Amino acid sequence: MIAESGHYALVLALALALIQSIVPIVGARWRDAALMNVARSTALAQLLFVAASFAALVTLHVTSDFSVANVYENSHSLKPLLYKITGVWGNHEGSMLLWVSILALFGGLVAAFGNNLPLSLRAHVLAVQAWVASAFYLFILITSNPFLRIANPPIEGRDLNPVLQDIGLAVHPPMLYLGYVGFSISFSFAVAALLEGRIDAAWARWVRPWTLMAWIFLTLGIAMGSYWAYYELGWGGWWFWDPVENASLMPWLAGTALLHSALVMEKRNALKVWTVLLSILTFSLSLLGTFLVRSGVLTSVHAFATDPTRGVFILLILFVFIGGSLSLYAWRAPALKQGGLFAPISREGALVLNNLLLTTACATVFIGTLYPLALEVLTGEKISVGAPFFNFTFAPLFVPLLLAVPFGPLLAWKRGDLLGAAQRLMVAGIAALVAIALVFAWTYGGATLAPLAIGLAAFVIMGALCDLAERIALFRIPLSLSLRRARGLPRATWGTAFAHAGLGTALIGIVCETTWNSEYIGSMKPDDVARVAGYELRLDGLNPRQGPNFREMVAQFTVTRDGQTVSVMTPSKRNFTTRGASTTEAALLTRGASQLYISLGDASADGTIAVRIYHKPLVLMIWWGPVLMAFGGLLSLSDRRLRVGAPKPAKATARALQAAE
Amino acid sequence: MTLWFVFALMTVAAIFAVLWPLSRRGRADTGGSEVVVYRDQLAEIDRDMASGIIGAAEADAARIEISRRLLAAADASGREEPVQGSLNLRRSAAIVALVGLPVIASGFYLALGSPRLGDFPLAERSRVADANQPLANLVAQVEAHLEKNPTDGRGWTVLAPVLSRLGRYDDAVRAYRNAINYAGDSADRRADLGEAMMGTAGGVVTAEAKAEFERAVALNGDDAKGNYFLGLAAEQDGRKADAAALWQKMLSKGPPDAPWRPLVQAALVRVGGTVPAGVGAPALPDGAMAAAKDMSEADRGTMIQGMVDRLATRLKTNGDDVEGWLRLVRAYLVMGERDKAMSALADARQAVANDADRLRQLNDGLKNLGLDG
Repeated sequence: MIAESGHYALVLALALALIQSIVPIVGARWRDAALMNVARSTALAQLLFVAASFAALVTLHVTSDFSVANVYENSHSLKPLLYKITGVWGNHEGSMLLWVSILALFGGLVAAFGNNLPLSLRAHVLAVQAWVASAFYLFILITSNPFLRIANPPIEGRDLNPVLQDIGLAVHPPMLYLGYVGFSISFSFAVAALLEGRIDAAWARWVRPWTLMAWIFLTLGIAMGSYWAYYELGWGGWWFWDPVENASLMPWLAGTALLHSALVMEKRNALKVWTVLLSILTFSLSLLGTFLVRSGVLTSVHAFATDPTRGVFILLILFVFIGGSLSLYAWRAPALKQGGLFAPISREGALVLNNLLLTTACATVFIGTLYPLALEVLTGEKISVGAPFFNFTFAPLFVPLLLAVPFGPLLAWKRGDLLGAAQRLMVAGIAALVAIALVFAWTYGGATLAPLAIGLAAFVIMGALCDLAERIALFRIPLSLSLRRARGLPRATWGTAFAHAGLGTALIGIVCETTWNSEYIGSMKPDDVARVAGYELRLDGLNPRQGPNFREMVAQFTVTRDGQTVSVMTPSKRNFTTRGASTTEAALLTRGASQLYISLGDASADGTIAVRIYHKPLVLMIWWGPVLMAFGGLLSLSDRRLRVGAPKPAKATARALQAAE
Repeated sequence: MTLWFVFALMTVAAIFAVLWPLSRRGRADTGGSEVVVYRDQLAEIDRDMASGIIGAAEADAARIEISRRLLAAADASGREEPVQGSLNLRRSAAIVALVGLPVIASGFYLALGSPRLGDFPLAERSRVADANQPLANLVAQVEAHLEKNPTDGRGWTVLAPVLSRLGRYDDAVRAYRNAINYAGDSADRRADLGEAMMGTAGGVVTAEAKAEFERAVALNGDDAKGNYFLGLAAEQDGRKADAAALWQKMLSKGPPDAPWRPLVQAALVRVGGTVPAGVGAPALPDGAMAAAKDMSEADRGTMIQGMVDRLATRLKTNGDDVEGWLRLVRAYLVMGERDKAMSALADARQAVANDADRLRQLNDGLKNLGLDG
């Protein structure tokens, strides 16, 4: 009964979404308040039914009801409870259900908290949201239904892909989807604005917090996914320029651009049309990401769906929504009122530069990801576009971006003073030069670009700190007064500083990890010793162990440094009998921000085992960076002040430093 | 039934979600407007200034900026037509909800769903399937479950043959009656019920039991068990010719590989009837049959034993023959050698374990024999 009720709830959600797609639009056309209000109650009811449906699927997985095909194919009665739950979205059907659940969640949030939205705007937004939802409900019900049954249920399931049996699955996909789908709100707002033919204050007020929320989740989701790949796939890489990773990076780049242009719109009422376009593009890229992962056009770790009917269906959805919204944009955008004017050197100008660079970077990733696919479709030739392409195109775009980052917050709205900003950044510049010199001296004769990159990172971090220091007038007024000012600073300012510093932090991690990474690869017998980066790792022995649904071979290493025992590391190799697959569980030893990393290869008959040991200096900073960014975003989100960026009165220069926010 | 009730409740809730806003008097002021947003902003500037978050100069600048936008917005909203309601529009929306929702939902669900399938959470299934538990415990569990859910036809259907096999015929009769009540009438169930009734009477086909067999045959003229026992009833009444006629008809009409063939043939021989020509089953060739007819009870037993042994030996070398296995199990059951039947069954499972199709065929066949997988 649980299975069938869940199925029926999903069907009802589709029916409600269809009504929500049409009735409010009709209501807005004929200006009928009651009809427009239907959007609200149906959005909430839709959320209720999808949530019930999702809860039903979770229950079925937890109770191992193998009469449900989805449970049979992806679960096993011996799996630990956590993986029974996470296994719900560790497969195609379940993850699509999670996708629509989150979509309904966002729709429900707009319905529940959208009291101050103009009625017709809310009706339009929810209707657009329902269009997307209907398309995906249909997709799920017709091509990937998680509630299909088996009349003679088998007694045991086929288990979840072992690589996915990890805590990462509990966090990464929900975060990523909250990010992907969160952008649907700004998309719906953009399409609603185009349908209505106007963008008003409420529009501007709403779009930024929603974008920010989606962006925070996407940032954390991508970082989490990268860390997961780092420790689970067993060869220590943290970013592969894999098409699936690019699929999540593209919306992130576009979303970051959107975040900044929405800022301009919210505060200065400018860049409206561009923001609308970015909103559409960002969600389109999210849809594209869904298509790439879910259609199985790519064969990689993530693409566990390989069914052409699904691909064609998603392609159709993609075509309708992206094509439709862009045509709508081409048709209606000229009708939108243009906003305020600004000088090229100004906060707005800086944000436009940011948008320009970010969207270009996004475009290069787009080309690098889709070109091989297009080529294969057209000529049948298989090429792979890998790290070299992205490193050569991405870096030249990000270097000027990073150089410009510290300037942005220091420029005033409408008309800024570049020279003044440069003067105030003097300290950051000096810090960067010192950093370059130090690193260069330290690694004399080594890589030449790396010290420069570290200097750039130092400039970004110090620039963010400079901005704060300027605002609280550090060292120019008594410290106690500065501290009081710091407390009084808007949280959004702190957020900006954190997010920008996070960028620099991640850069330091990336440069250090790629440049000064040291490794040992070889086969070891018990009592062999490997030396990596000043550490000595002795293989104590290999022990078999029985887990709940796997057997594993655990190797024990004693790590010493200068004769002092540091720790014991136990990497292992797991064998999952049901799927006949094995995974490597790398062992990580964290020392400050650096890590030792051991993963096991194959054991041979003579008792030796292939071992890969890496020392990765400052590698953790790669992920601390995004966490800092997300934290900054959170601070900014918690800042509920209304954001009106008034231009400074020209004569009031004395207060100039505070006025920017 | 509960399932449909739950569906109905859910549908009503969904319809309610659409009708509720339609039923309320449309208030023009629901939702904010641009002007409201700007007013909020002005109020918030005052609050921020009071709490010292922004300075006076910025506050003034912001106020000017907002006021400028407020004026523009007020201008625009003044030109807008007021929100109005139209009863016709609402009525049609209500009709869309009342008709559309159930139609869409049931259309999709009936095409995709499996409303007849209940849940099979593993915990409950393994309680039944655990081979280590004594059978009595399992039966007790099922009985406890049925006490709470006396209308669970499937439960009764599962329980009844087990009770019958355990020799608890009185309970079996009750279980079969419940199965017929709640899971539907069928020839098989009627015949099984009659057999259980025979059990209570020590193997005698009572009038009551005979009535059940007659019902079974009325439901399905070819029901093997019903026909066989009607024959047996005739034999027990002393009407050997009638019995022979019934059984002969069964043999001539029944499929050549029916598992009950040896049993009926043996019974036919017992009452002195002749096996119809041309329908000799592969198990007992005509010649052998004719020979068996003239044999004494003991000799006949030996002959059958020999045939069964030959079959067993053949299956040991060629385990793919599912029909053969079924015949062997059946033969052991008829000869009352239940242990051998069970070991043959286990061998059969092992022999075809690697072939899903054959395994299913075997399990189905065993079900027909009353040996549930």
